Amino acid sequence: MDKSINTFKELEDICKKNNKQIYEVIQKYEAELAETTEKDIRLLVKKSLDAMKESIKNGLQSKEMSISGMCGDDCDRLQKKYQKEGAIFGKTFEKITTYALATIEENLRMGKIAACPTAGSCAIVPSVLVGVSEDLDIQEEDQINALITAGTIGRIISNKVALAGAVAGCQAECGVASAMAAGALTQMRGGSIPQILNAVALAMKNLLGLTCDPVCGLVEIPCVKRNPFLAIHAVTASELALAGVESKIPLDEVIDALEQTGKLMSPMLKESSQAGLATTKTALNLKEKLFK
Amino acid sequence: MKQTSIIDIISPVMVGPSSSHTAGAIRLGLLARNIYNEMPDKVTFKLYNSFAQTGKGHGTDKGLLSGVLGLNVDDTRIKDIFNSDLAKEFEYEFQYLEDFNRHPNAVDIIFEGHRNMKISGNSVGAGEIEITNIDEFSVSLTGKYNTLLLIYKDVPNMISRVTNSIHVNIASFHCDRYAKGEEASMCICLDGEVNQKVIDFLYLIEDVYMIRYIKKLES
Repeated sequence: MDKSINTFKELEDICKKNNKQIYEVIQKYEAELAETTEKDIRLLVKKSLDAMKESIKNGLQSKEMSISGMCGDDCDRLQKKYQKEGAIFGKTFEKITTYALATIEENLRMGKIAACPTAGSCAIVPSVLVGVSEDLDIQEEDQINALITAGTIGRIISNKVALAGAVAGCQAECGVASAMAAGALTQMRGGSIPQILNAVALAMKNLLGLTCDPVCGLVEIPCVKRNPFLAIHAVTASELALAGVESKIPLDEVIDALEQTGKLMSPMLKESSQAGLATTKTALNLKEKLFK
Repeated sequence: MKQTSIIDIISPVMVGPSSSHTAGAIRLGLLARNIYNEMPDKVTFKLYNSFAQTGKGHGTDKGLLSGVLGLNVDDTRIKDIFNSDLAKEFEYEFQYLEDFNRHPNAVDIIFEGHRNMKISGNSVGAGEIEITNIDEFSVSLTGKYNTLLLIYKDVPNMISRVTNSIHVNIASFHCDRYAKGEEASMCICLDGEVNQKVIDFLYLIEDVYMIRYIKKLES
């Protein structure tokens, strides 16, 4: 096996040296690590991809509310709006935003999802990957390639920062999901490896400091709406990167900043619901009603 | 550095809404089921701290019960488990408590039946779990390894007699006891598998009271 791949610089160098795409290098690397075949790794990735498509499909058809009753019918609302009047940016925008709401609402009503990287951020990668694949007619093998790249981005970040709101805030959950989606999308659209990594850096940089302050301690407010927002955010990063816009701060250094910001962030803003949105007057009223 | 896999990042496929409060709860239930390994008459779940405060909204209660009933993290029956025929197998009860000496996501699962057993554990994040106590013994079980658990009399040479019989590489090893010469526990995490012959052989060792072979959980 090549030496271990724990930074984006190492990833880029190995791809360059062997003249290979990220997914080619990583599926081989993962197969050797797990003492299995590249085909088996791809099957595991496909299992996740299939689950993502299933949660989109189920979510689009439901408006069942969560156990708390706070969320669950916004995807239906958005679909009705689009039926009446399309989105300003067209079909792809419609797909990404509805697929994101469909998936995250499926999560909160205890439906089946793929945690990517976490349950509360599970809609960002699938909505971009599946929505764009449908519109650009991207085949399943290339979708799997993109999901391998998304997983690679998350894995390298997780070497430095635990992908958990309680450890580093939402920047490490929805933030990282958006960075993963930006890289995956850039690859699907034929971007070069530097462009893929730039898309990741641009997306990540713009989400540093994002806190985790869930109302009533539940994965609902603000998590549900944050998913479609950060899916579109990933598209913005990808467009910039494909245009040749570069992050002046190299990606590995952006991840250092992510780690440091997570450490400096008050524990009150890291999934403990002791500050921020969670302690607003309305949130406290909701909490009182819910736990009565 | 512990290597993670890209597969860990893009999965598990699970029922929502929370990896720590739902998937972790299901896995705690599953591992407790494997440890108890009998049909109970009644199971009491004591949920602590964040598990108690946000557990209902996250389906932590449904997850714990479903795990004890043997359902996996991606089983869509979990959502309606309270109305399912499966849940009629034994009595169950939930208690919601606060104890800041315990982990934020801690649970005691108390089995009553032919044998009584109290199993305590935590959901430590991203669906990962740890069982920390069985009855009053401290243990360290994560569900990642096939594990042999023995309760035996604390007498000399017990460890060598056991380890000489298993012929599988040991990943980690943990012992605890009430007091010298009294009941003790041995928790052996294995890289491979042991067969029934080995377990039967271990039962032949004098002063072994109980053996459980706890299979690792699906990741």
